[in-house]
Amino acid sequence: MGDSRDAKRVRNRLMLPYLDAELPLNLDLSRRDMLKIAGYGSLAAFIAACGGGGTTTTSITAKGGTMSLGSYNTDPNSKKGTQAIVDAFTAANGGTKVKVNTVDHGTFQNQISSYLQGTPEDAFTWFSGHRMRFFADKGLATSIDDVWDAVKSNYTEGFAASIKGNDGHAYAIPTDYYPWAVFYRKDVWAQHSYTVPTTWDAFKTLCVQMKKDGLTPIAFADKDGWPAQGTFDILNLRLNGYDFHTELLTGKQKWTDPRVTAVYKKWSEITPYYSQAFAGLTWEQGADQLLRKTAGMYLLGLFVSDEFKASGSQADLDQLDFFPFPDLGTQYDAEKALDAPIDVYMLTKKSPTLSANRAQANAFLEFVAKGSTQVLYWQNAPGSIPTANDADTSQYPALTKKAVQIVSNAKRITQYFDRDSRPDYSGPNGMQGFLLKFLSNPSQDTTSLQGQMQSFWDSLPPE
Amino acid sequence: MANTTPSVAPARARDASEAGAFAATRRRRRYTLLTRHDKILIALMVGVPLTLDLLLIWGPTLASVFLSFTNWDGIGPVTGDNFIGFKNYQLLISGRYTLFWPAFTHNLIWLAWLTFIATPLGMLFAVLLDREIRGTRIYQSVFFLPVVLSLVVVGFIWELQYAPTEGFINNAFGLVKSGKLIDWLGNPRINLFAVLVAASWRHIGYIMILYLAGLKSVDPSLREAARVDGATELQTFFRVVLPVMAPINVIIVVVTAIEALRAFDIAFIINQGKNGLELLSILITNNSTSEASLVGFGSAIAVILLVISLGPIILFLSRTMRTTA
Repeated sequence: MGDSRDAKRVRNRLMLPYLDAELPLNLDLSRRDMLKIAGYGSLAAFIAACGGGGTTTTSITAKGGTMSLGSYNTDPNSKKGTQAIVDAFTAANGGTKVKVNTVDHGTFQNQISSYLQGTPEDAFTWFSGHRMRFFADKGLATSIDDVWDAVKSNYTEGFAASIKGNDGHAYAIPTDYYPWAVFYRKDVWAQHSYTVPTTWDAFKTLCVQMKKDGLTPIAFADKDGWPAQGTFDILNLRLNGYDFHTELLTGKQKWTDPRVTAVYKKWSEITPYYSQAFAGLTWEQGADQLLRKTAGMYLLGLFVSDEFKASGSQADLDQLDFFPFPDLGTQYDAEKALDAPIDVYMLTKKSPTLSANRAQANAFLEFVAKGSTQVLYWQNAPGSIPTANDADTSQYPALTKKAVQIVSNAKRITQYFDRDSRPDYSGPNGMQGFLLKFLSNPSQDTTSLQGQMQSFWDSLPPE
Repeated sequence: MANTTPSVAPARARDASEAGAFAATRRRRRYTLLTRHDKILIALMVGVPLTLDLLLIWGPTLASVFLSFTNWDGIGPVTGDNFIGFKNYQLLISGRYTLFWPAFTHNLIWLAWLTFIATPLGMLFAVLLDREIRGTRIYQSVFFLPVVLSLVVVGFIWELQYAPTEGFINNAFGLVKSGKLIDWLGNPRINLFAVLVAASWRHIGYIMILYLAGLKSVDPSLREAARVDGATELQTFFRVVLPVMAPINVIIVVVTAIEALRAFDIAFIINQGKNGLELLSILITNNSTSEASLVGFGSAIAVILLVISLGPIILFLSRTMRTTA
């Protein structure tokens, strides 16, 4: 689960017990929205387009005063980034005092429904897509059409679609996103003169070669359960296409479908090249294998660069590069689909102070919609790419530019398994466990596993 | 007695005068040793805990039972549409929810492990330490130390031991160098036992200290008498000490059962209870308090766990009642 990366990091370092499950979502309608995003072709349009002026202050905002923010950014880098944003906002908005309540990422996620039903802060950090729409539908988020009207010129249509609730109103300000791709170290590859594989066969040949050269070809770490979903996503997207993938994740296709069997079969061709004992490794330990040059490749989100940055060595970060997952020789290769989750800021509904602070909260949302604000955050957490058109891309290093590029090239974008599917299905109870079961013996006949997956899906209550 | 009484003595005096004044009516009343003051005191002493008990224990329990017949997702009120009868239970028992029976089995394995390995070890340590060997206090502290730690910390410590590439165990046995890593926590065939070792590390100390306290209270003259009668060490323990310790033994049994049923923390810390570490308590958490928010379904699992837990609770209560009687 890309979006839980902070949670994972904190949990694995401080060992706090947190869950990883998701929210129940109204998929019927949100699926339509997903298709709507796809209808815009790709994120290319909104990233490539250059926006002008950014935001204009209107009467819906106010200077001074106070407001509060519930934040799940507990990872040191993202926490610093959030604080930088808040400080800049206070300075820019006539000294508005922002009370930030930072809650561990995993806890925040797990308790989100009781949080939003209790006495939450005025604004909060969250994810776009189904999980946002779910709370909008439940009446636990405030629509922000007024703010959105003021800032929408700074966003392309793809982002605009990603923050619309099922009722057509705007509910969030998208602030950053990150793609999933295959990461590698340039120096290691240069040393062995590897070239980027564009086909499945070339990819496997490379794995064989890396194994010969004493490397773990593919770093893989699935103790947390969610990282394997990234591989499932990309294989299913490449083999069976975006439409099947989204339908499968929302129950319109069956898990017993032979196309799912094909995904597992394809997957089993690369599992021999995975890290040893991967079911006991955290994603950070997987990243360390790449960092320490013991592994050749790593399929993960751009947030792997945060781990490189955390190592404290700019030289290491400079060596990090990636390529899009290779083509599998199907008609769906042309979609160039990939996971690129979007993070957002939203307003709560039940905050006791929101009515008094609404104008300040609006001002804050407008502020985070600015490219300059998002760049400030990105400077602290380089794995999070700004979403605003007026973000100053000139300071992007090659890695970020390339990340923007591959997302632009993608004709279909997904959010990630656990943002695109039901939370009760994608969590440790469900998909995480199923994938671990598959990975414990990849060459197995997956018929009974797929039967279990379908029967689990069928057992879930109506959404 | 409407007035608050400054102390007990004047109250008694007043009661006495009342008794004199109403001697005639009193004769017709049911005979009682309790004064009104006593009655109020008793009402308070019973009433307050009873209210708290009803409010904090029976309330949530009944609410869980109630919710277990619904598919409530934790948002908004429970409406008639939420009632789905016994569906949750059917789903669990039928095995269509594939994690329930594995979790149930894991709890049983947990119970068996604690009962036959960890608890006897703890008792053995207690008996050994009771023999006043040199440095017994140091040993006691060493074995008891893990009990002081929270299970979260215990989980963390053992995760460091078991980590595949960085962990102590794989490194100490040279498995990292030879490239034959054992995935202690990731391999579903062995991770439950790896976790049980960690849990025992703490459980042994706990049982040891409980048992040691019991042993200290055994009258030394009993052992002396046994020795005089020519009993061996083993005979003394099994024929004399163990029967005398019956109340402690019941506590040990109950504690072991409860520890096995409420097993949660370590497995949860390690991987949120998936991939071979499923436990009933974790299923409850993963379903009802997580983002998944299947409150109704989680409640059904909780009710089943409650029913199972009633076994040792009833055993404990019946034994305590009998001994006090």
